[in-house]
Amino acid sequence: MTYEKPRGTPRNPLTAKERERFDFAVIANWIPPGERVLDLGCGDGRLLRYLRETKDVDGYGVEIDDESVLACIRNGVDVIQIDIERGLSGFESQSFNHVIISQALQAMRATERILTEMLRVAEEAVISFPNFAYRANREAITGGHMPVSEDLPYEWYDTPNVRFFTIVDFEALCEKLGIEIRERLAFDVFGQPVADDPNLNGSLAFYRLGRKA
Amino acid sequence: MSQEKSVGIVAPQRFRFNEPIALKSGAQLPGFELVYETYGTLNAARSNAVLVCHALSGGHHVAGTYADDPKNVGWWDNLVGPGKPLDTDKFFVVGVNNLGGCFGSTGPLSINPQTGKHYGADFPLVTVEDWVAAHARLADHLGVDTWAAVIGGSLGGMQALEWSLQFPDRIRHAIVIASAPKLSAQNIAFNEVARQAILSDPDFHGGHYAEHGVVPARGLRLARMVGHITYLSDSQMGEKFGRQLRHGEHKFSYDVDFEIESYLRYQGDKFAGFFDANTYLMTTKALDYFDPAFNYDGNLAAALARAKARFLVASFSTDWRFSPARSREIVFALLHNRRHVAYAEIDCDAGHDSFLLDDAHYHAVLRAYLENISV
Repeated sequence: MTYEKPRGTPRNPLTAKERERFDFAVIANWIPPGERVLDLGCGDGRLLRYLRETKDVDGYGVEIDDESVLACIRNGVDVIQIDIERGLSGFESQSFNHVIISQALQAMRATERILTEMLRVAEEAVISFPNFAYRANREAITGGHMPVSEDLPYEWYDTPNVRFFTIVDFEALCEKLGIEIRERLAFDVFGQPVADDPNLNGSLAFYRLGRKA
Repeated sequence: MSQEKSVGIVAPQRFRFNEPIALKSGAQLPGFELVYETYGTLNAARSNAVLVCHALSGGHHVAGTYADDPKNVGWWDNLVGPGKPLDTDKFFVVGVNNLGGCFGSTGPLSINPQTGKHYGADFPLVTVEDWVAAHARLADHLGVDTWAAVIGGSLGGMQALEWSLQFPDRIRHAIVIASAPKLSAQNIAFNEVARQAILSDPDFHGGHYAEHGVVPARGLRLARMVGHITYLSDSQMGEKFGRQLRHGEHKFSYDVDFEIESYLRYQGDKFAGFFDANTYLMTTKALDYFDPAFNYDGNLAAALARAKARFLVASFSTDWRFSPARSREIVFALLHNRRHVAYAEIDCDAGHDSFLLDDAHYHAVLRAYLENISV
């Protein structure tokens, strides 16, 4: 069974809802059916619900925000309210097939620790994040402003993001931490895949990561 | 959401179980009575029953009031009723006074048929496991094969957990609030101070105080005072009482100087007026002994392997009696066994007693979880 990825057109960037479905579809393509999945920063649990419905995964979410935890419970999602910034020490090593962090790594401070912990608790990690070096973001900076876009929908004064990094930066950190990049996908704001110079042309980046042998 | 209402006037019921019950201690009771209350209606499929387990000082009177005692409101009335989070329009809710209790179920205050006198100290020690075994007899009597949920806070949460272990096929959801998988050394230490207060009261008479026409009120009062300190948070106590003086000045005596002293004395006196000392002693031992991992080399995950229920586990940020870390032990043991579990760590400054309050987020979490239970 294949899953249709929503696509924008070169004239119309994806709407917020389309972007979310796009994000989910890309991630779901990397999750084999029936897997054990942990979603860090799971929000209201909609990705887990999507994965449960489309891939029949056995999934747990982790969230710190009260309202999101409540929403997960409403959505019937198994959510565990703990602070990821303080580590994943309660989770047993290699107890999940995939651990996911979708559009949330840039909002966490303990980046190295979280990445290392992810690959302790799961065989593979799936990560998506906005690429701050995307062409339009560079243009915004050149024009004297912090970038605001579909993929970075916040003003500098109200953004939840605390780590600002690029595809090139992220890959350098993976190298430093002994993390193997098993697959990378980059897309522009229209949802079109980018092959040429993704650090310049990619707005959203997706990675499938593992431990180096 | 329909409007929240009270269940109104309720009346306790009583049932005698004539089959003997073998207790964990090795002792046996020839039969026993349980006092209970029910709210709402058991549906035709018998799939909507929820058991509410009480903590140390609670009982069967969970919700509503009595016709002849309108001020006697059930201890979890803010949770249980039409339109409330544990909605009696949907669920058939059962509250029961545990075996060994002092509110009407067979216990130390009952007459021992072998002697014709109060059991007193001769009443055998009962455990959390024994309570659950007795609850199961009540479920049989009520025609409940499987509880939609068993819910409890503190010691009540331990019973909900024990239900999932002793009768995995008779409970669909376990709601474990402000609880722990076993007591810590510090928890046991506080219980021991409480017990020594009672045991050393000259009116205790080896537990046979009823025969002497007295109650060890001073010991019970002290026990409650020390217990009460552990139910509240330091910050909340500071906020509520601080160093406020009763008389506006230091009295240089051992009478009440500070308001907190007055409050503790009041709580102690009130408790000593209605609670039985033998039940208190026994209940603290039931707490101390509870440890499902004991027979699994301390491995809680192995102990919980037989649980099949879905779990909601909740803790409170300022609870230092059963801190959030204790609840997380349960959560991760369930996770090890790939059981369904949701865990909420609720920010509330009222310490252990938060589970009895109607904090908006706490009740929203319970409501959301309970609404998703199919009946």
